[in-house]
Amino acid sequence: MTTVAPGPAIGVAAPGTGAPGTGAEDVAARRAGAAGVGLMLPGTLYLVAFFVIPVFALLATSLYVPVPGGDVGQFMPAFHWQNYVTALADFWQPLARSFWFALLATAGALAVGYPIAYLIAVRGRGRPLLQGMLLVLVVAPFFTSFVLRTIAWKQILADDGYVVQALHWLHVLPPDGRLTATSFAVVVSLTHNFVPFMALPIYASLERLDPRLVEAGGDLYAGPWTTFRTVTLPLSMPGVVSGTLLTFIPAAGDYVSASLLGNSTNTAMIGQVIDTRFFRLLDYPTAASLSVVLMAAIAVLVGLYVRRTGTEDLL
Amino acid sequence: MRSPHTASLELWGVRKEFGSFTAVESLDLTVPEGSFFALLGPSGCGKTTTLRMVAGLEQPTSGVISIGGRDVTGTAAHRRPVNTVFQSYALFPHLTVLDNVAFGLKRKRVPDARAKARAGLETVQLAHLGDRRPNQLSGGQQQRVALARALVNSPSVLLLDEPLGALDLALRREMQLELKRIQADAGITFVHVTHDQEEAMTMADTVAVMNEGRVEQLGPPAELYELPSTAFVANFLGRSNLVTGSVVDVGEVLGVDVAGTRLRVPVGRVSAGSTGVGAVVQLGVRPEKVRIVANGSEPTSGSNVLGPGKVTDVSFTGVSTQYQVDLGDLGVHEVFAQNSSGAPEVRVGDAVRLAWDVDHTFGLAGEPARSGQ
Repeated sequence: MTTVAPGPAIGVAAPGTGAPGTGAEDVAARRAGAAGVGLMLPGTLYLVAFFVIPVFALLATSLYVPVPGGDVGQFMPAFHWQNYVTALADFWQPLARSFWFALLATAGALAVGYPIAYLIAVRGRGRPLLQGMLLVLVVAPFFTSFVLRTIAWKQILADDGYVVQALHWLHVLPPDGRLTATSFAVVVSLTHNFVPFMALPIYASLERLDPRLVEAGGDLYAGPWTTFRTVTLPLSMPGVVSGTLLTFIPAAGDYVSASLLGNSTNTAMIGQVIDTRFFRLLDYPTAASLSVVLMAAIAVLVGLYVRRTGTEDLL
Repeated sequence: MRSPHTASLELWGVRKEFGSFTAVESLDLTVPEGSFFALLGPSGCGKTTTLRMVAGLEQPTSGVISIGGRDVTGTAAHRRPVNTVFQSYALFPHLTVLDNVAFGLKRKRVPDARAKARAGLETVQLAHLGDRRPNQLSGGQQQRVALARALVNSPSVLLLDEPLGALDLALRREMQLELKRIQADAGITFVHVTHDQEEAMTMADTVAVMNEGRVEQLGPPAELYELPSTAFVANFLGRSNLVTGSVVDVGEVLGVDVAGTRLRVPVGRVSAGSTGVGAVVQLGVRPEKVRIVANGSEPTSGSNVLGPGKVTDVSFTGVSTQYQVDLGDLGVHEVFAQNSSGAPEVRVGDAVRLAWDVDHTFGLAGEPARSGQ
């Protein structure tokens, strides 16, 4: 993420203006450039105030040291890089677990979201009313709060709830087995919360897919499954990549699902740790350094992923 | 199987309905192996639906389709030995040109698919562009890739759905000749759907003219042109001057009374159901067969003569001159004259008669209201 400092119009590439031209063209381009800067100013100021400065504050906080002899929660500026080493040594497990849970939730959301998107975009083609209704159903969970939906899972997966009762009866779950306070519950809740983020971009990709290409696949001896594998799926990859990013990134930093549906020992995610460090233990430098590590790790993983899938133009 | 008269594609009573709309009505067709067959008709006549049913992309409501002697009705598209060159080309944008051409071969698990695909690209002179993506090619090049992608599979029948529609005139002409050459070299049955009568006549050895879901007439282009059997064909395939009359003389040559003028037509050139005395028939002649008889000169004997009428337009087009002659109740007739002897001598406003050989006259069943397009 970079920001453009407001300044003279020349050299600032606003959208729609090309390289500097000559003579009258140049003047016109400069005028358009000035207009572009004017339009970008509010957004730039907003980002500087609420993104750039806080990020620098976060980076600075991550290097603070306690005030000698001070109270809990009192720190002073320093360049104490050791904070990162300690934070990673103490909390590498929740960090790794966060990425693992996020990966499982992304896979789950893909498994649920792709068929939904396919159903609406491909099967519903030519029936806009049906498509609209199904899309509303996909988005409907957003009408209730994120926290409420997570609490609802607590009810559904409760020890005396019908799901657990049915699993006991089927002997899938041992008599003392439960679902709440398990990794399973956390991942299920994460998956559910992010299915719309997965389904909508995939829907957009599939909606644009030219049905004649699918016909061409059939004409060239590819059966329905082969056509899906060799034509439909590759052409919907931009949607799959955006969907997985929109799921994986927030899921890795999520702490609501783990707090409400997990336990304190083996389901803790990094978001919970940061929350506890920051608000309960007032250990700001550790919370800040864990946040920086989380951001950096996500940036690296996303970069590798996008490069691997060959969809750089999404970024 | 490879004998020249084997039917490569047969349709029996094929009918297709979309809801209450009948796109194709009880169609019977036989396409001999190795022929270049054109389905010609205006948009909405059912020709593309027919092609899609052969490809397996639509299922007929009733009827039987057989390819190479095998009943394929109800067989899925990917199990039929046919390939299609789509109107929009439908090249896979995520694959290179070479992988597009190799697609069908790979699905059939043909060994050396890529080498064969490269050879296929060579037949359309695009071997050097194999690594490009389709959207980096021009329209004409994409068209060739689509052709190579279909041809390389050596289908029993190659289906072409208005494949030249998106090309400009010069390129279209070039591709017409190239398609003809490729068809002759490969010996594969081509079924070509088009609304362009000149394209159909140039390329195909058999043309089926379709209208409103039916085949109006089927035959070699010259036969359809010289002896159309319906008013629709007479007007859709080239142009015609048509007049309506009733039969007054029967015999080898029918005599027909047209608004008081006696015209003659050989009985073998009449496709009307009834040719007895009193039967209503339409007589037609192609504009280039008509001669203008100026005031003072006499038509040659053995001609049909109409007029006099008034010349309302003279258009000089280089190789020929086109005249519009208003014959009053008999309508405006067209005359195309070759400019083989210099500039035209007839001018707008002149009173002239029209004459043509009896042998160039054709007769149609007499429902005059039915016109082309």
